[in-house]
Amino acid sequence: MDSDEGNAQRVPLSQRPDWSDVTPVPQDDGPNPVVPIAYKEEFVETMNYFRAVYLADERSPRALWLTAEAIRLNAGNYTVWHFRRLILEALDGDLHDELGFTENIAKSNSKNYQIWHHRRWVAEKLGTDATSKELEFTKKILTLDAKNYHAWSHRQWVLQALGGWDDELHYCWQLLEEDIFNNSAWNQRYFVITTSPLLGGLEAMRESEVSYSVEAIVAHPENESPWRYLRGLYKGDIESWVNDPQVSSVCLKVLSAKNNNFTFALSTLLDLLCHGLQPSQELRDVVDALKASGENDQPDPDLAKTVCWILESVDPMRANYWKWRKSKLIS
Amino acid sequence: MGELAAEKHVQYILSVEKRKDDLVSVVMEHLRMNGAYWGLTTLDLLGKLDNVDVDKVVSWVMECQHESGGFGGNIGHDPHILYTLSAVQILALFDKLNVLDVDKVTNYIAGLQNEDGSFSGDMWGEVDTRFSYISLCCLSILRCLNKINVEKAVSYIVSCKNLDGGFGSTPGGESHAGQIFCCVGALALTGSLHHVDKDLLGWWLCERQVKSGGLNGRPEKLPDVCYSWWVLSSLIMIDRVHWINKEKLVQFILDCQDMENGGISDRPDDAVDVYHTYFGVAGLSLLEYPGLRAIDPAYALPVDVVNRIFFGK
Repeated sequence: MDSDEGNAQRVPLSQRPDWSDVTPVPQDDGPNPVVPIAYKEEFVETMNYFRAVYLADERSPRALWLTAEAIRLNAGNYTVWHFRRLILEALDGDLHDELGFTENIAKSNSKNYQIWHHRRWVAEKLGTDATSKELEFTKKILTLDAKNYHAWSHRQWVLQALGGWDDELHYCWQLLEEDIFNNSAWNQRYFVITTSPLLGGLEAMRESEVSYSVEAIVAHPENESPWRYLRGLYKGDIESWVNDPQVSSVCLKVLSAKNNNFTFALSTLLDLLCHGLQPSQELRDVVDALKASGENDQPDPDLAKTVCWILESVDPMRANYWKWRKSKLIS
Repeated sequence: MGELAAEKHVQYILSVEKRKDDLVSVVMEHLRMNGAYWGLTTLDLLGKLDNVDVDKVVSWVMECQHESGGFGGNIGHDPHILYTLSAVQILALFDKLNVLDVDKVTNYIAGLQNEDGSFSGDMWGEVDTRFSYISLCCLSILRCLNKINVEKAVSYIVSCKNLDGGFGSTPGGESHAGQIFCCVGALALTGSLHHVDKDLLGWWLCERQVKSGGLNGRPEKLPDVCYSWWVLSSLIMIDRVHWINKEKLVQFILDCQDMENGGISDRPDDAVDVYHTYFGVAGLSLLEYPGLRAIDPAYALPVDVVNRIFFGK
């Protein structure tokens, strides 16, 4: 943060000679403001001076400096960002410096829409000169919060608008090594394999990606993301999904493991059955074994119905959903 | 089972509306229009909107309108679509839409639609499906959907649909309950819900309910009261709300209340704010909690208000 912040030596703007020609404009609270209690003087003074230069439309270097001060004190004030852009345009400001400025602010305000939009505005102007900086920047933010929606959104834009795809799949792999439950990283992985001009497209990548997701599933069957990812690999081609032995076999593996985290395995099996999977005897047996330990001991030759029964019992939060699924089964 | 401390929440909101001088209020002054919408709608749901000076609010709202027709977050702030919707919604609450120059506002919004059907937030060009929802909602309230290219608006939203049935902020963006509300809402308002795979999305949405009964916004994230709105209203719009456990969600929201000072927080024992107070009460309304007025899931306004807009008094 700025060295002025909390610095007892900060000289109020009202005492600085280079601001002596400006009359600060207080906030207009409308006709009936409540009696004010003293609050952070620096903030109030900075915003009063900002309002003055904003109303005077002064697009000068000192105004630029003032917007930086105002932003440091309150990064959410979109009018200040707006005016800063107008000044940068008028002064033809150094945009590489601007990247540095936004990075400093972003470190403590990483979920702020204004910062990200400003960063994008700057990067758009710099074009491919900014590519590696943008990828580095989003990486830094993601190191602090690997699920930051803004960072991912910005990163996707950078890749599509400016390029830099080379290491992206590896980057997804790294993040998933750190946290296999990171849904954002799974989403990015899907984005890469379907959109990157350097890879062969979804079908070409399918085999290796199926192996990758199966491995993730087996390690943590309760992880929602790789199940959805696996399904996504067969986009538009349900038959291949149903017929791929790896899909039914990962369900079998999880269900046989005698752990309590088989809900997604069961729901995937249910979907497979609904799309025509002819279940193996092993699958039937392992589901039967689960049924015997459930609360309702209702014999039913229809495997899909049995799966729904078990799900109602092991995932009671969504009992209505599983009941509905059961009702939709063709007898 | 806990109870809704309705009167405490009313007092909390009224105190926030009056409070303009503490650091929190000062720092948030640029989005006061949103804060006013959250506070006032909550009061209306609790049946206490008559505690507010209508004329004072309406004149303040109109002072926030820019030459361009858009509204800023407060007096002296630049226009943005976010505050334009809140302004229009506030006027609707008070049945004061007639103070608007409808052409002026709707032209501002229409001017923000891009070639590909998406909408920018303001002149600076940020694009996000949130802005698609906001534009369509605002134009719908003002009965001017014909001013934009609805077909393209819809096709842009559909391009943001993901394989899990959800929607992101831009094409390829991760499915997120907030963005899903915006996209589903936008499709609902334009009669385009057939583009949603309701069973698939309904399942994704009901998987947001975690052990505590609360809802998260994405897999493996913490529950937050605001998702009681984003997820719930989405489920209602696609007719799948019975897939979540309502009792547990009600309990979660009630547990997020500050029973002494009023207000609701994001999760139990955190600090309260107007935003979460609104979403908690709105969520309870969607869950038909007794004593609350009904809220429309697409317009995020009381049903009475929506009926008044479309069917007159």
